[in-house]
Amino acid sequence: MSAGPDTPPFSTVDINNDSRDDEDIFASAVQEVSLDPEVNGAREGLEKVSIDDTPASISTSLNSPVMEEIATERSNNIIITVTEPQKIGEGMSSYVAYRVFTKTNMPIFSKHEFAVLRRFSDFLGLHEKLTEKYLRSGRIIPPAPEKSIVGTTKLKMTSTPSTENVNGSVSSAGVQSQFVERRRAALERFLNRVAQHPVLSIDPDFREFLESGMDLPKATSTSALSGAGMLRLFNKVGETVNKITYRMDEADPWFEERALRVETLEACLRRLGGACEALAGERRELAVRTHDAARAHASLSGADPHAPLSRALSHVADLHEKIENLRLEQSNTDFFILSEHIKDYLGLIGSIKDVFHERVKVFQNWQHAQMQLTKRRENKAKAELSNRPDKAEQAANEIVEWETKVERNQQEFDSISRVIKKEIERWEEIRVDELRATLLHYLEEHMKHQAQAIRYWDAFLPEARAIK
Amino acid sequence: MDTKVEKKKPNENVSLADNSLLVDISDALSEKEKVKFTVHTKTTLPEFQKSEFIVVRQHEEFVWLHDRYEENEEYAGYIIPPAPPRPDFDASREKLQRLGEGEGALTREEFLKMKEELEDEYLATFKKTVAMHEVFLQRLAAHPVFRRDSHLRVFLEYEQDLCAKPRGKMDLIGGLVRSMTTTTDEIYLGATVRDVNDFFEQETSFLQEYYSHLKEAVAKVDRMTSKHKEVADAHIKLSSCITQLATREQPPMERFLTKASETFDKCRKIEGRMASDQDLKLADTLRYYMRDAHAAKAVLVRRLRCLAAYEAANRNLEKARAKNKDVHAPLEVQEAEQGQAEACAKFEQLSARAREELIDFRTRRVAAFRKSLIELAELEIKHARSQQELFRKSLQVLRECQ
Repeated sequence: MSAGPDTPPFSTVDINNDSRDDEDIFASAVQEVSLDPEVNGAREGLEKVSIDDTPASISTSLNSPVMEEIATERSNNIIITVTEPQKIGEGMSSYVAYRVFTKTNMPIFSKHEFAVLRRFSDFLGLHEKLTEKYLRSGRIIPPAPEKSIVGTTKLKMTSTPSTENVNGSVSSAGVQSQFVERRRAALERFLNRVAQHPVLSIDPDFREFLESGMDLPKATSTSALSGAGMLRLFNKVGETVNKITYRMDEADPWFEERALRVETLEACLRRLGGACEALAGERRELAVRTHDAARAHASLSGADPHAPLSRALSHVADLHEKIENLRLEQSNTDFFILSEHIKDYLGLIGSIKDVFHERVKVFQNWQHAQMQLTKRRENKAKAELSNRPDKAEQAANEIVEWETKVERNQQEFDSISRVIKKEIERWEEIRVDELRATLLHYLEEHMKHQAQAIRYWDAFLPEARAIK
Repeated sequence: MDTKVEKKKPNENVSLADNSLLVDISDALSEKEKVKFTVHTKTTLPEFQKSEFIVVRQHEEFVWLHDRYEENEEYAGYIIPPAPPRPDFDASREKLQRLGEGEGALTREEFLKMKEELEDEYLATFKKTVAMHEVFLQRLAAHPVFRRDSHLRVFLEYEQDLCAKPRGKMDLIGGLVRSMTTTTDEIYLGATVRDVNDFFEQETSFLQEYYSHLKEAVAKVDRMTSKHKEVADAHIKLSSCITQLATREQPPMERFLTKASETFDKCRKIEGRMASDQDLKLADTLRYYMRDAHAAKAVLVRRLRCLAAYEAANRNLEKARAKNKDVHAPLEVQEAEQGQAEACAKFEQLSARAREELIDFRTRRVAAFRKSLIELAELEIKHARSQQELFRKSLQVLRECQ
């Protein structure tokens, strides 16, 4: 299935939408798929899915910074976990491979459970392909995790853990594993978001990414320093300038209002993200200082000749070491649950802005075609006036050509506007649900942390009482 | 900042022998750079002119009183209660100033909350300094020997200022010189005077080591509690951002977010109290015994000085005897014998007293740590439970919010 520039297949088909599009020219094709005996009852399965169910599976995968937690309740009949990051190779040519495990009922997949190995650039390649195919029709593409030259290089250049000595490298190993963990979780969220999207989830490239046992062709255009990368950077800059200079004549107030709302939401989220990261950072620092206090108490314990007091002080030291770990866990909760959620949404807002911009480009095309049409009409009129029948005929032909183009571009514009509206409405619902789920999860985790603190202090209390 | 504090309960740290001399700080006023303590005395002792009276004292006068005890040779064998530390609000003032400078970056709500936090902190520091000055006086008043000191009486009842400004400065310098002398004495005497007693040898090395570990522990715990306060403060921004987010949402979500924001605000208060209780129960106890250990070391130094004097008297007697070998009942020798006997008695008396004091120090220390650690654990459990309960209730309400 080749992706044409104007009408990607199935782009207007919203499988999960009960109110089907009247202009859905591919409706019959969809029905043919569901009649396939191998996937009998697939229609049922597909229709069971509704917008409301989607958050559950996403939040479940957001649940675990720890690997391999699969929810029991299937909603879109697919859940993906990204696990076991492994460093392959050494030095600058090394990379991290992730195991992508899919569990699904969806008919387009040939099995119910399967796993493949993918590297980071594969994910970026998938994102690139999805963007190429669907951005133009107004789909919000879930953002891929950012490249980090610093983080990646550090990872490449550090020797693998088995050969590393424990002594000095504890903290650096901690930072490394945090980096890998963040990335793993982000990749997982990315895939699950795509999997929940009514259109993107049935994309063949997505299917191949999840299923195909073979290594994917290396996506060279995604490497940080490649020529294609630099070219894309230039294009992006050009586009930004375009965004600023082109003022679209907005006929639909809905878009202006939404664009503004999205902007203010972005600003809010940025502030919240900053506050959350600040909190996580302070807690991490507190953990370090708690460690120092624990050590100081251990020394004090050693110097005290009174045995029960010395024992109690040594317990104080142990207690504080446990508390130190608790503070780290609290910091991780702040970070992995709340802060990363916010980053995801800032990324999604970026995708939304991209989609708005696409619409502007489509509008530009339409206007350009209209201008061309007008010019050709003028040409014909001029040719007729100056009695040049050959030129008039040429102009007439061109008029037909441009009339077709204008009509097609207008349709494209209407179509993208319609799709964007649906996408945004879907997004708004998911956004609210996900935010709710994230905050609830965040509070639950913190409540558990307090329970742990109570356990630690409860265990210490009899030690304090035992001092005679 | 002008602050007043009412203090009614006597401090629990000091056990009172009887009610014949009760001292407390009933009021305190902070104006600009100075803190004025209202010292209230109630007594049945005949040495005092009245049975109940008050005076106003500043920190320097407490130091003056402490120095009078330090320099009194009669108290050489006693651990003198350490002088209370100077009231120090610089940190709080600095923070408040920085808050004022950075006001533009904060929302009105955030600014007010931070200001409230700082004011609470200031008040806590203020209460602590009052408590420390009070404990100092109460230890003196409860002590069977110290309470009879005339300087204490003057401190408690004399209505005029005890040290005018210039004098105060001299005292400060004098104090510095004296403390320097103590340290050099420590080193010098430790090197030249051989201690006859195992007990005191052990005590010396124990106190040296213990003091330095206490100092280290105090520093680390202080850093930890100040960072803990910063963790609490970081919640302010978090809850304010969530509130902002709430104003842009539809009613059900708006309610949800507003409630979440409130939860974080309450969480902040509990975290703040966790931090300050750690400060009060752990850091302050360590600090108190650090200073007491320092005072105990001072006793050992004074004892060594006394021992040095005793040994000098011995040498003097030997010299006198040697010189007057052929003289019958020489005066010089008699005098030297008397000097030696006095030095010996003084030393023995001091040693006996010091021994008791050092043993008592141990007992007091163990009891105080026990009490503080138990109270600390109980408070931390209490706060952790309230946090847990806060989260539990909030989750319940939030889940219903739809």
